[in-house]
Amino acid sequence: MDETVVIKYNAGNVFSVVCALQRIGVEATVTDDPATISHARRVIFPGVGEASSAMEYLRRHRLDDTIRQLRCPVLGICIGMQLMCSHSQEGDTDCLGIFNVPVLRFDNSSNPSCKIPQMGWNTISLQPGSFIPQECDKQYVYYVHSYYAPLCDNTAAVTHYTLPYSAALQKDNFHATQFHPEKSGSVGETILKNFLKL
Amino acid sequence: MLAKRIIPCLDVKDGMTVKGVNFVNLRSAGDPVELGRKYSNEGADELVFLDITASVEGRKTFIDMVRRVARAVSIPFTVGGGISSVADVDTLLGNGADKVSVNSAAIKRPELIGEIAHRFGSQVCVVAIDARFTDGQWVCYLKGGREKTSRTLVEWAHEAQERGAGEILFTSMDHDGTRNGYACDALAELHERLQIPVIASGGCGCADHIADAFIHGHADAALAASVFHFGEIHIPTLKQYLAARSLPMRLQ
Repeated sequence: MDETVVIKYNAGNVFSVVCALQRIGVEATVTDDPATISHARRVIFPGVGEASSAMEYLRRHRLDDTIRQLRCPVLGICIGMQLMCSHSQEGDTDCLGIFNVPVLRFDNSSNPSCKIPQMGWNTISLQPGSFIPQECDKQYVYYVHSYYAPLCDNTAAVTHYTLPYSAALQKDNFHATQFHPEKSGSVGETILKNFLKL
Repeated sequence: MLAKRIIPCLDVKDGMTVKGVNFVNLRSAGDPVELGRKYSNEGADELVFLDITASVEGRKTFIDMVRRVARAVSIPFTVGGGISSVADVDTLLGNGADKVSVNSAAIKRPELIGEIAHRFGSQVCVVAIDARFTDGQWVCYLKGGREKTSRTLVEWAHEAQERGAGEILFTSMDHDGTRNGYACDALAELHERLQIPVIASGGCGCADHIADAFIHGHADAALAASVFHFGEIHIPTLKQYLAARSLPMRLQ
């Protein structure tokens, strides 16, 4: 059984996640093989890219059901998180539906100084019981995104950009961040290390 | 609140960092990977690595460096220099770069911006523009300032945005190397006309210049090279100073 598996698909930045794991002493297996993913100790579902083509790739490789049925700790990142939601406005895409919340595009019409995509460092406010360690509360993490998940029952952390939205989500064994822990310096490393202990 | 970004820029030739003064007279400033790691530890928000090597051998060395940076550094980094095709971008992103910066090739063939944005997303596509104030307007230049074009700064930046650029990196060639401050008026004009973030570049001599670029130029990020490489500006001190001036900064 592979300890930590990173799902390989067509939505970028797998290498960055692998490097971040190596920096904290973890050699991950990178694969798109459903059997390997199903038997992993924990799974990271990364991503940079566009929702509809990513979702299409997952369906074609039968990774959609594989991910939904995982019982081990799962961490979705950025597009990975958005694909775990119910639906994305990006390409009007039905997603995995693990988190019962839609993904919407930022609307800056009431605040044009908030540029889209949000690109750069913003702070997170942790919700009670968040899987993110308390020491990360109010710390800066790195974001690049044009779409967001609104606040919902699964919100584990909140960031404010044009409005308060879900910086992180969690439900049962599923965890996810809209920001990139693999690019968020020491705060990101703390979050990844903590996930690897789950 | 989204923080203003501080971005050290490393010009890389044959695997070593160099920094031009007015784009000529290169002075060496060390191993780019070590320097990048140092800046990351000190609180830099992003890094830019520009390949100024012309040779095929130098290109291989640069790609190897990109891979080493990706392994060593836990903040985002952009790479640029000589990128002219989607295949170039694919190689650099595959070796761990987060974004690419395109310059001359995009002016010569603007479709390149759309090709990159469509394939990898707008967020990876930084369009770098070198411009000089000439006959009453900001004119874009190519090849590190050696070749004048018919494009003007704001018009070209706007077209780049419409074609899918995720950010504009504007270098004033009049200010670059002078240490007299950024081109704040041109930055403010870009801010006014664009919906995407603008990175200020060229002219940084002290912390107040960066404050001016943020406050008067409304820049989203400030890029500088020699003031960091030669230790004249210490990043933690700089960020404390800017925070004290009520600018949103990521402090460690």
